Amino acid sequence: MIRLERRADLPRWLNWAIPIGSILAALVAGSVLILASGNSPFSTYSRIIDRAFVSSGAFSATLIAATPLLFTGLAASAAFKMGVFNIGGQGQYVMGSISASAVGLAWGESLGKGVIPLMIMAAIVAGAAWAGIAGALRAYLSTNEIITSLMLNYIAANLGSWLIFNSRSYWRLLTGSGLMFPQGKRLPETSDWPLLGLGSVSVPFGFLVGMVFAAGTYVLYRHTRFGFEVEIIGDSPAAASYAGMRTRRKVLAVMAISGALAGVGGASDVGDFRHILDPKGLGQSGYGYTGIVIAALARLNPIAVIVVAVFMGGLDNAGRALQGPGFPAGLVGTLQGLVLFFALGGEILARYRIRRAHHRIAGPVASALAPGTDSPGGGRP
Amino acid sequence: MNANLFVVIAVSAIYYGTPVLFAGLGEVLTERSGVLNLGVEGMMLLGAVSASWCSARVGGPGWLVLALSVLLGMAAGALGALIHAFAVITLRVNQTVSGLALTILAGAAGFSSYLANVWELKNPVRHQFGKLDVLGLKDAPVLGPLLFNQTLLTYLSWVLVAACSWYLFRTRAGLHLRAVGESPQTADAMGINVVRTRYVHTLIGGAFAGIGGVCFSLSIVPTWQDGMTAGRGWIAIALVIFGFWRPDLTMVGAYLFGAFASLSLTLQARGVKVAPQLLDSLPYVMTIVVLVMVSGGWAKRRLGAPAALGIPYEREER
Repeated sequence: MIRLERRADLPRWLNWAIPIGSILAALVAGSVLILASGNSPFSTYSRIIDRAFVSSGAFSATLIAATPLLFTGLAASAAFKMGVFNIGGQGQYVMGSISASAVGLAWGESLGKGVIPLMIMAAIVAGAAWAGIAGALRAYLSTNEIITSLMLNYIAANLGSWLIFNSRSYWRLLTGSGLMFPQGKRLPETSDWPLLGLGSVSVPFGFLVGMVFAAGTYVLYRHTRFGFEVEIIGDSPAAASYAGMRTRRKVLAVMAISGALAGVGGASDVGDFRHILDPKGLGQSGYGYTGIVIAALARLNPIAVIVVAVFMGGLDNAGRALQGPGFPAGLVGTLQGLVLFFALGGEILARYRIRRAHHRIAGPVASALAPGTDSPGGGRP
Repeated sequence: MNANLFVVIAVSAIYYGTPVLFAGLGEVLTERSGVLNLGVEGMMLLGAVSASWCSARVGGPGWLVLALSVLLGMAAGALGALIHAFAVITLRVNQTVSGLALTILAGAAGFSSYLANVWELKNPVRHQFGKLDVLGLKDAPVLGPLLFNQTLLTYLSWVLVAACSWYLFRTRAGLHLRAVGESPQTADAMGINVVRTRYVHTLIGGAFAGIGGVCFSLSIVPTWQDGMTAGRGWIAIALVIFGFWRPDLTMVGAYLFGAFASLSLTLQARGVKVAPQLLDSLPYVMTIVVLVMVSGGWAKRRLGAPAALGIPYEREER
């Protein structure tokens, strides 16, 4: 337990050097791929930067793209911090979006903007419940949560597409063009989440909500007894159980928190930009998986997740805007995967230099990303 | 009629179960060495896209192109596995996170899609694995369609199941492999090269996952689609647990999964009106149910995972 404090041993500059170094390394590795495909890395990257952050309206579009990623990134970091691998962010996001759109459709007209907190609440409940399935199975039956939460992604995706494509559900548009092309009902415009102007940049309301949740998660994990216990369980489940901590409840709680965060992302999806339940769009987005990359790159720090989400959102935004000849689909995903690998490698390299100096990082970051940690309560696959 | 329905379901169970069987067998070998590779989905897609390219672009007689496609798919899968192996065996990165990273890197929105885009894989592949008529017995009742009317890949998978079982439990190398997965320290003391054993079996696992991907791009869906494996790689990982890290039980699990996966098509063809999404969810629900059943105490006691699964080996620490 004393080792926990040694986290301060990690030089501060590494907090920045690892993510930035891994992004640079990924860009270099990516440029080899771009060269091999017969394009110029320099022009490809400058187009990405231009469309992500520089050209007019680009940053506003990037913030919209970053909003879902902010939530899924927070979700992943909240769970990974305790060594609970919630890979189900995607499904929890979908469930959040299903329940928030139901609330929006039902009361958007009568409550106007007042429906927004209700949408968020509904998404929290749905996301937490969906993640809670995997969490409860893990906590009480020691079923591997990686596989179950992932299977639940596919089930949620099927549920969403059933609601729109194969049923006469409440979410489906059953008049006009909806009869020809199955699609969701538009939520009442009165309940659209506001865009807040900040100079020339417009900030989606969901992004602000995400920042509040990030701050909340930060405080919860850093400054409460709950967060302290989560850190210890993440670091050493055995030590935690000897100390009398209730590991099982913690697993369930952490999964629920993680699911709730991803669920609110789904609410913002409906409220901020899609305004309908769109299972196809949700399926193609892969927000839940990108969230894992973001959490790892942010080294599980909720505040850093905000910055990384904006960066990744920029990549996504540019990737969508530029897709076409000369800009192959999948390039952005490849870059994200490369960033993640380099970040993981960098994490280990950093750990080693420190270890040679007879220090050992035993903080929660090191334990979730570094090798050989025991997972709490068994349940190794 | 009943026998007929049984045959239809069994045949499609084999057809749809084959790719997960390949990937599952590979993961059995990988995990037996103590390495958990969650990148199966990504490696399958790498195999699928390479084979798809080979079949669409390489000229020559069909059988040669198909053979090359399979080899290329295996190489691509193994290359993906090499990244994971380097990260987790040499750098000792957390195996869960590295495997996820591999799936994100190579997966539906990543490198496999990038390659398909660069290679412009849009049309159906030119050569694909059709069903054979072995010994002219394909119309024999019941056994004909089951045993004598499969694709070459399915026959290959049967050979591999037998070969892997024999290798794991009847050879010295297999014994060494299991020793490395159970107790790398002891294995090291016996003079077994732990690092090499882990590398080799992680790569073999990747190559098998690659063939699993080839089943998709050259047989099941003979036109490239991004993310065509649709989560089968994850099913394969669950199958390994379901099959208690044994090749024969993994095969049972794969066909059980295949039966569920094909149920929606089979029932629809027979005019049963059930929403396809609900039937499509069945394999995933089943996987969860099975995982819950085998994570009970009795199952763990009887046939547990390799003891060193997921734990990196650091010689100097001992």
